[in-house]
Amino acid sequence: MKKRFFVTSEPLSVEELAAEVTRPEAGAVVQFIGTVREFTKGRRTVYLEYEAYHSMAEKQLEAIGREVKERWPDAESAVGHRTGELQISDAAVIIAVSTPHRKDAYEANEYIIERIKQIVPIWKKEHWEDGEHWVGDQLEQTRYPDGAPGGGNK
Amino acid sequence: MINVLCFAHMKDIFGGEKLTINSGGIATVEDVLEHLKTAYDADISGIMTAVNEEFAEESTPVGQGDTVALIPPVSGG
Repeated sequence: MKKRFFVTSEPLSVEELAAEVTRPEAGAVVQFIGTVREFTKGRRTVYLEYEAYHSMAEKQLEAIGREVKERWPDAESAVGHRTGELQISDAAVIIAVSTPHRKDAYEANEYIIERIKQIVPIWKKEHWEDGEHWVGDQLEQTRYPDGAPGGGNK
Repeated sequence: MINVLCFAHMKDIFGGEKLTINSGGIATVEDVLEHLKTAYDADISGIMTAVNEEFAEESTPVGQGDTVALIPPVSGG
């Protein structure tokens, strides 16, 4: 069976992720596609490089899927995240959520991307025309003041 | 031995993706971090760790054969 929560170096497919959650009980399928942006704070990105702690990242995505089930029991979700070198407008992450009614699907989808940015061990490196930089490193990082990235059930 | 995995700019600090350190005298994550700070003169403050793919705290036990990952602030999505 195909994984619902996965990290891959291959291009992501909007259609495949949608198919993972489409079902007769659903009245809404909401998808988020995170794409590579060319300009950030006025600086031009040439390409991005994503690195993952592959095995742990997939476990963390699955954990987020369980959090979604606790909050929205009727939701089904699927997430794919790319690694490697990505060009401008390439999809870095695709999140698909289906629910019986649309409001829950929108909310659960946003919840998933926020949690990915908190607890999934994936990093991106910006490559500019005149340099490179791991996002989140010492120069512009959000540190973990409490020594941990925080739990999902506050 | 204890395996140490380095990600993102940790690879630059330690010069590779994977280190192995002797488990002698090491009982917790804090011991691993202290060893690395001393042995590599490395600034690794503000990072998270995972032991065997689970987020850990400084007090989390570490022993022979365990894998400790150095996890800088994540930036996926």
